[in-house]
Amino acid sequence: MTLTHFSAAVLFALFASIVFGITQRNTTQEMFRYGLYCFAMFVGGVFVAGWVMWLLRR
Amino acid sequence: MANSTTDKSKSAALPENPPLTTMAVVAPIVGWLIPGAGHILLKRYGRGVLIMISVVAMFLIGLGLQGHIYKPNGGDILDILGFVGDVGAGVLYFMARIMDWGQAAAAHATGDYGKTFLIVAGLLNFMAAADAHHIALGKKP
Repeated sequence: MTLTHFSAAVLFALFASIVFGITQRNTTQEMFRYGLYCFAMFVGGVFVAGWVMWLLRR
Repeated sequence: MANSTTDKSKSAALPENPPLTTMAVVAPIVGWLIPGAGHILLKRYGRGVLIMISVVAMFLIGLGLQGHIYKPNGGDILDILGFVGDVGAGVLYFMARIMDWGQAAAAHATGDYGKTFLIVAGLLNFMAAADAHHIALGKKP
């Protein structure tokens, strides 16, 4: 099995966000919103880290 | 103001120190052994299935990426923590040990991703088991 770094990060974000949402909030709506928030933070963090590394490399 | 009222009503609905019941002990153990089964046992079917899919998928992706399965060890602290993370996956970990999966020398960089997936799958399952404990105690709906 081969995955790119990005696809691995997105899959990681997806599954981790699902479990975070379920375990850290009480109602279904809160779980869904928190899961989406975590997913956005994970994927957003990937882009931010990517740009930071690009700047450091220059 | 509104928040404090809401917090009070929530804390009134959910007990502070509920008594330890059999289910509060059994559900997290079952949930640890079989990811998501603790929630299913407590009739939270949707949550249980989602947790099961997430943890099992992460574990399988980790194996697919040739991640390393840690054995019990008393050496380097990172190896010990790696074992603690891996063993969180319950039956999946024991099955991997019995079948001797995750022992191949990492041929490429994805092996490092795989190791991370395996450890995080276990750690997420620990979180899910703790959640099942709280549900069984009545601290969480």
